[in-house]
Amino acid sequence: MQIYLPIAELSLNVFGLLGLGVVVGFLSGLFGIGGGFLLTPLLIFIGVPHAVAVSTHANQLIAASASGALAHWRRNAVDFRMGLVMLLGGFVGSTLGVWLFKALSRIGQIELVISLSYVVVLGLVGLLMLSESGISMLRQRRKAPPKPRAGRHPYWVRVLPFRMRFYRSRIYISALVPFVVGMFVGVLVAIMGVGGGFIMVPAMIYLLGMPTAVVTGTSLFQIVVITANVTFLQALTTQTVDVVLALILMIGGVLGAQVGARTGGYLKGEQVRGLLALLLLAVAGKLLYDLVVTPADLYSISRGGS
Amino acid sequence: MRIQQSLRLMIALACLSCPLAAHGQALVADLSSHLVAITTGFAGTDVLLFGAVEGPGDVVVVVRGPDQREIVRYKARVAGIFVNRKEMAFSRVPSFYEVAASGELDKIASASERARLEIGSENLRLIPEVERDPATVADYRAALIRNKEAQGLWAPNVAKVTSLGARLFRANLYFPSNVPVGIYQVQVFLFHDGEVRAAQTTPLSISKIGASADIYEFAHRADAAYGAIAIALALAAGWAASAIFRRV
Repeated sequence: MQIYLPIAELSLNVFGLLGLGVVVGFLSGLFGIGGGFLLTPLLIFIGVPHAVAVSTHANQLIAASASGALAHWRRNAVDFRMGLVMLLGGFVGSTLGVWLFKALSRIGQIELVISLSYVVVLGLVGLLMLSESGISMLRQRRKAPPKPRAGRHPYWVRVLPFRMRFYRSRIYISALVPFVVGMFVGVLVAIMGVGGGFIMVPAMIYLLGMPTAVVTGTSLFQIVVITANVTFLQALTTQTVDVVLALILMIGGVLGAQVGARTGGYLKGEQVRGLLALLLLAVAGKLLYDLVVTPADLYSISRGGS
Repeated sequence: MRIQQSLRLMIALACLSCPLAAHGQALVADLSSHLVAITTGFAGTDVLLFGAVEGPGDVVVVVRGPDQREIVRYKARVAGIFVNRKEMAFSRVPSFYEVAASGELDKIASASERARLEIGSENLRLIPEVERDPATVADYRAALIRNKEAQGLWAPNVAKVTSLGARLFRANLYFPSNVPVGIYQVQVFLFHDGEVRAAQTTPLSISKIGASADIYEFAHRADAAYGAIAIALALAAGWAASAIFRRV
C-alpha cells in the first residue's frame, strides 16, 4: 500500500516504512541510542530528500526515545541531574553545529563532512567499545574481580573545578566534564542529523564512569529534549518535518523500542556494548567503502535555490 | 474511472472530428484531465492526451514541468576518497520532461526544428550560468540528463503517440509519484516533411489536494504551531506506547 508523503513529496510503501521503524526502534530500546546513524541514511537511500530525512527523523526520535525513557524511568534508571548538566552543553553545541552546517553547505562540502564524521566517530567509538567489552568478557570468564569503582576517573578529570555529586549514578565529578560531553554531542547532532546516543553512551560509561544501568535511561532522556528542540527549529526554518512519515516511523519505532528495552534486560552490559560496537563498525565500514570506491556516476545533481 | 475516461474521450473525439475541416484547423488536442491531484494515496498516474489532425503528418508531444535551477557537481579522488571538486549551475532546467511521438523523431522532424523546439533531452537548451569551454559544458550537460533520467523525472525514451485511423491520435502521459508540483506545459506539434505545420500548447496543473495539501500548507503557513504539534504528537505516541506496554 503506497502512501503519499506531503513534505517529502513522494509515495512510499507503508509496510516497508513500518518495518524500518520497528528495526530502528528495537535498536534504540536495546542500546539507548536513537538509531539515526542507520535510519537517516536508509531514508535517503529510498528517495526521501536529505533535509526531510534528517528533520523527520528528529521528530520520530522523540516518540521512540520518550517511550524508552519512560520505561527506564519506572525502573529508576535515569539520572536527571546528570542529564540536565549535559543538556546545557548540548544547547551550546547544537547552536555551534547549526552555524557550521550552514558554512559547509555554502561551499558544497556538507555531504563529505557528514560522511567523514560518521566514519571517524562511529569507527573510533566502535573500536573502543569492542575492545573494552571484549576485555571485560574475558575477565569475567576468568572470574577475575572487576576493577574497583573508586578513583576510576583519570587524574586530569579529578583536579577539574565545579565538582558535583550525582547521587543516582553514585559519582562525584566536575560538572565541566558532562557539560563538554554534552556540547560535543550537540555539535554532532546538528551536523550528522542524529540523536547522538551512540557517542553519549560510551562517553558516559568510559569518561564519566556512570553505571551501565543508568546510562541508557539518561541518554534517552537527553535525546527526547534535544530532538524536540531540533524538530521545532527545523519546522521553523526549513519546513522539512514530514509528520505523516514521522507518524508511520513512530508506530513501528515505539513497538520496537519496547521490545528492545526488554531484550536489553536479559543481556549483560558488556554483551550489549559489544553488539553495539559491531553495529557501529559495520556502518562506518560501509560509509568508508562508499567514499573510497569509485562511484557509479562521478557527477551528481542537486536542486539549487536561485 | 476508465469507463468514464473512455466515454469522455469518445464524446470529445466526436465533437473534435466534425467541425475540424470547417474551421480549417490542422491540429486540435486536449487532455483527459487538466489537473493531476496528488492525494494521500497518490502513486503516479496517467493522463490521456487525445486529438485530431487535418491532413497528413506526424504528431510530437512535449511535456515540460516548471523550470528550476540545478547544480551539477563533479567528484574526484583526493587523498584516497571521492570529494566534490567542481560544479556547474544551470538555470532554467525543466523539473519534468517527456516526449511522445507517432514515429521516430529523427525521421519526423529535421534537426534544426528539433533544436529550435527543444524536442528530445539532447536538444534542451541547458546553458550554464558561468561560461566554460564547450567540451566541459557537454560533459556536465550529459551528467545532468543522466541524473534526471535516473530520478525518473526525464523520460529516457520517446513515448508512443498512437494513431486511430488517419485523423485521430492518442497518447498516455505518465507522471511518477515523485512528480514535482506546478503548472506544466503540454506542447503538441504536427510535423510534415520535417517542418512544423501546426502547434498547440495546453497547460496541465499538478498540485496537492486534500489532506496532503492541508499538511503542506499548514507546515509553511504556521510553522511554529506545526513544529509544536509534531512534538506533541511524538510525545503522545511515546507515552501511549509505554503506557500500553506497561500493562502487557
